[in-house]
Amino acid sequence: MAILGAIEPILTAGWDGDAAWRLRDYVKRGGYKALERIFEKRIPADEIIGEIKKSGLRGRGGAGFPTGLKWSFMPKDAKGDRYIVCNTDEGEPGTFKDRDILRCNPHAVIEGMVIAAYAVGAARGYNYIHGEIWALYERFEEALDEARAAGFVGRNILGSGFDFELFAHHGYGAYICGEESALLESIEGRKGQPRFKPPFPASVGLYGKPTTINNTETFATVPFVLNMGADAYLAAGKPNNGGTKLFSVSGHVNRPGNYEIPLGTPFPVLLELAGGVRGGRKLKACIPGGSSAPVLPAEVIMDCAMDYDSIGKAGSMLGSGAVIVMDETTCVVKALERLSYFYHEESCGQCTPCREGTHWLYRIVHRIEHGKGRPEDIDLLRGLTTNIMGRTVCALGDAAAMPVQGFLRHFRDEFEYHIENGKCLVPPEVQRAGSTFFKATV
Amino acid sequence: MLDIEIDGKRIQVPPGSTIMDAARALGATIPHFCYHKKLSIAANCRMCLVQVEKAPKPLPACATPVTSGMKVFTHSELVTAAQKGVMEFLLINHPLDCPVCDQGGECRLQDIAVGYGGTASRFRETKRVVSPKEAGPLISMREMSRCIHCTRCVRFGQEIAGVMELGMAKRSAHSEIQTFVGRSVDSELSGNMIDLCPVGALTSRPFRHSARGWELSRRESVSPHDSLGTNLTVQVKNDRVLRVLPRENEEINECWISDKDRFSYEALNSAERLEKPMVRVDGALREVEWNVALDYVAHALKDIARNHGVESIAALASPHSTAEELYLLQKLMRAVGSGNVDFRPRRADFSSDGQRAGIPWLGMRISELKTLEAALVIGSFLRKDHPLFAQRLRRLAQAGGKVSLISVAGDDSLIDLFAQIPVAPRDLAATVAGVVKAAAILRGVAVPAGLEGVEPRERAVAIAESLMKDGKKAIFLGNVAEQVDQAGQLHALGAELARLTGASLGFIGEAANSVGGYVAGALPTGLDARQMFAQPRMAYLLMGVEPEFDCGNPREAVTALGQAELVVMMTPFRHGAAMDYADVLLPLAAFTETSGTYVSTEGRVQRVNGACRPRGEARPGWKVLRVLGNVLALPGFEYESSEEVRDEFIPAGASFIENLDNGIALPLAPVAAVSAEGLERIADVPIHFADALVRRAPSLQRTRDAAEPVARIHPQTLDRLSIAGETRVRVKQGQGEAILPVRADASVPPGCVRVAAAHAATARLAGMFDPIDVERA
Repeated sequence: MAILGAIEPILTAGWDGDAAWRLRDYVKRGGYKALERIFEKRIPADEIIGEIKKSGLRGRGGAGFPTGLKWSFMPKDAKGDRYIVCNTDEGEPGTFKDRDILRCNPHAVIEGMVIAAYAVGAARGYNYIHGEIWALYERFEEALDEARAAGFVGRNILGSGFDFELFAHHGYGAYICGEESALLESIEGRKGQPRFKPPFPASVGLYGKPTTINNTETFATVPFVLNMGADAYLAAGKPNNGGTKLFSVSGHVNRPGNYEIPLGTPFPVLLELAGGVRGGRKLKACIPGGSSAPVLPAEVIMDCAMDYDSIGKAGSMLGSGAVIVMDETTCVVKALERLSYFYHEESCGQCTPCREGTHWLYRIVHRIEHGKGRPEDIDLLRGLTTNIMGRTVCALGDAAAMPVQGFLRHFRDEFEYHIENGKCLVPPEVQRAGSTFFKATV
Repeated sequence: MLDIEIDGKRIQVPPGSTIMDAARALGATIPHFCYHKKLSIAANCRMCLVQVEKAPKPLPACATPVTSGMKVFTHSELVTAAQKGVMEFLLINHPLDCPVCDQGGECRLQDIAVGYGGTASRFRETKRVVSPKEAGPLISMREMSRCIHCTRCVRFGQEIAGVMELGMAKRSAHSEIQTFVGRSVDSELSGNMIDLCPVGALTSRPFRHSARGWELSRRESVSPHDSLGTNLTVQVKNDRVLRVLPRENEEINECWISDKDRFSYEALNSAERLEKPMVRVDGALREVEWNVALDYVAHALKDIARNHGVESIAALASPHSTAEELYLLQKLMRAVGSGNVDFRPRRADFSSDGQRAGIPWLGMRISELKTLEAALVIGSFLRKDHPLFAQRLRRLAQAGGKVSLISVAGDDSLIDLFAQIPVAPRDLAATVAGVVKAAAILRGVAVPAGLEGVEPRERAVAIAESLMKDGKKAIFLGNVAEQVDQAGQLHALGAELARLTGASLGFIGEAANSVGGYVAGALPTGLDARQMFAQPRMAYLLMGVEPEFDCGNPREAVTALGQAELVVMMTPFRHGAAMDYADVLLPLAAFTETSGTYVSTEGRVQRVNGACRPRGEARPGWKVLRVLGNVLALPGFEYESSEEVRDEFIPAGASFIENLDNGIALPLAPVAAVSAEGLERIADVPIHFADALVRRAPSLQRTRDAAEPVARIHPQTLDRLSIAGETRVRVKQGQGEAILPVRADASVPPGCVRVAAAHAATARLAGMFDPIDVERA
């Protein structure tokens, strides 16, 4: 079972049993009702977009951009093809929610995409699936076959005269392909490298045509928003942070996994849902929104509510909802080293500040972690992050710089200790006792 | 127009301009690496970040479109910090090996680092090392650690050369520019990547480690190779040419040159250079003084004229000669009393001589190519015959122009062609006639007489339609169209098609002075380039021609030379075959060593000065001919300078030639279906064998384009000949034969054998497009 717990679940309701992903199960749970109603009542596209706007649904991929607003950016009168693209290139460390959506509820994604296609007038869509979850790519293909056979996808959907063809496309595991314009490049058969923006995909997207790209969870949520009504969905969360969201809780908790909770739920409630900190230890820090979100120390995160605005106010971001919990046995330098290594490896290498900057950041953090740090390194790290941020083609540069800034802001003393003493403030035996991961990274 | 203010200076720019465009128009400097005015925008180096009022982040000037009222700052605190930051990042992994780097002193990174970088680096780690790559004989990729990943070379391949031969593999700091696995860089324009590379990652393999940029004198020159008149900068040290670079001229070559233009200079230092005059004495060639050699020539010519008549003397010049040389050669011949002079050695059909309305030329300016809606090229190995002309057509096609090609091979032109019809040479005229007929039918006018029996092919109709559309259109006749024995008819058909469609007609022109030779009047009033060998003469004056490579029918030419009493070769080179048949060798100054004029295919007059002293005792051709005229006591050979020579046939100060006209009075001959009995030869002139200079450039000779000729035959024809499975075959034309490797090639029209000309392996063969036999070797 993919979902370990939830509070007032919407998206994950009924994800029990091995057949939850099947069309029959989904329909039994009320699936494709939203789509049927749209075509039955001939609801105009503008009304759908309005409803999504009203619901406060924000992009679940990480940026939290209002979904309805994004849909409304599609040019109204432009002739020619337009596309819908679903971003299932889930590659951010800590994030593992979209794979569960494809595992347990692929039809919600399909229904959401068909509705979105109808709303923006697209005749063709792609679901770009991360290359390292091959089995789920195959599952999505199977679900697509079911949907096609049942007339939910393809020509003249449900007799409405609306045509929409949807395809699955799998990547090869590059993190950068989760960046929307790199993803488009990849679908087009080129090397996954972000495009310079503007123009944004809504005007020049896939194959140069207007394109709407949303995250898997966003699409999967759309049918539920329409079924329960925008007001009810909004009320499930809090203003400007409508509805519920999936949180991927990992790290030093007793029950790591995906949890659906209403936005605005206090962090301690989520932590409790995940079984609390492992071994009853003290919470040290938490990355609340995936590896690119700045870390928050225990005292800050424990006072936070889990929604876009509250986490933003606390100095981090809700991101994709990947909550990485670290207890008192954690060496924050080592944690940052691992993150910096990830960004160094996953930079596409296209633009200078990111290619060289992520590389350099990693080398410095690596040096500090291995007892070879220099007194000037902390200022150097800080300086490098400002030289990267805001100067790159895409947001990966920022994503690499923000964790460095976050860790330095809250745990400077531990970095200094490392540099001065050539070892960690947290004794090795404590680290070892607290982490099964430790041995693997030594 | 949009208003923009950059550092307080205002300018108006057209919509769609970027901040970089506006800054360039203002003359403001914004440092950059990846931006290049001729390439697409990558915005990856981030060096051109500028501050835009109200923008939260610095923006790349190269990629940010100007909006009205935009205020840009290029030296603000924010910008300086960004520039310093990017510069630091660029340098952390860049080896600071400037003292041993070939790019040192002419390196963009070095220059900009001085202007915008810090004085010391904070990077204390070991630097990245990138393994050397093998890219072929022209480009060195030995020090790829220096690469700053600007991807100019990649974009050049994709956009300008039309073939992506370099790419950026891998991700992150592991990114590397490399070739496709096991492949080299073979584009005929590849050398431009060396110029584009802002650092010392891609360097010129022939030039490497031979000199520093600042040691070289720079001299303006013009390419002696193809007909474009490409502008060059010749770089000289101690009287040796060590490097040739493009000299930017937007109207001609833009900022590009072909590899042929770039690397042919190596031949100037060839061991085959002829450094002293030689005269055959008792059967052997001996070195003599100039006066002895010229006296010998004068006496011999007088003797032959006296004993056999002046008609027994013939002169043939290379169209790569300067216009002054061509002019003086024909003047000398006419003064002697012979009209047997020509400068078109590869031509087989001279039926248009005397029928032309003026001097044949491109029919338009080169820079107008981009304004065409449609173009039809007839009979050309476009890319290999005219690399930069093809590049312009490639970009025309990229911009939506409809470019079609009717030629004798299905070679990939790397142009997104609207239509391509490869046909056997004997069907060339009938195929073009099909387009003419289709055009007449589309226009609703009478089908020209003689073409009634022609059946236009489907693609021929499409081509005719493309030429009927509104806007500017052009028809170009390539080298093949001038070399086949239907050349006159193709000219006439082209003129008819131009008349019917409103397109302009033009000749791309084979060589640097293919137009200049007409201007200089180096044309026969007696025997033409073919007749003078078909009807052997007693004396030949050859200037810059190597008959076994340069003549359309080398077998006939060499046979005629073998029986002549006197063969005088004015040439910069001594070479095997000439040593057998030449009686006198006069060392000519080569390209870069002489002043002179080239008239390009668009009629542009370009004068060059010598860039260095001639090798050994070689002398400029105009001086040799001038003194020969004196020794022969001919009137009017008192010139003091090459300018004086030129002033006799090109008005001083003229930048374009007048009397350019492609009209022709030749009537259209009836076109009938040709029976496809025997095999027909298709001879291309491989790009690096096209003239005496490139044939001797060692690096060019190591490229794939300089591979040994292969007999290429359509698989069906191979089967029909029952030689499928053979690795080598004997190809025969009359008494001449050659044993060559054979390869099945579906791009060769059936019934044909493609065997390159201008190569030692095929020099015993006869006409380029004549019948040919193939048998087991």
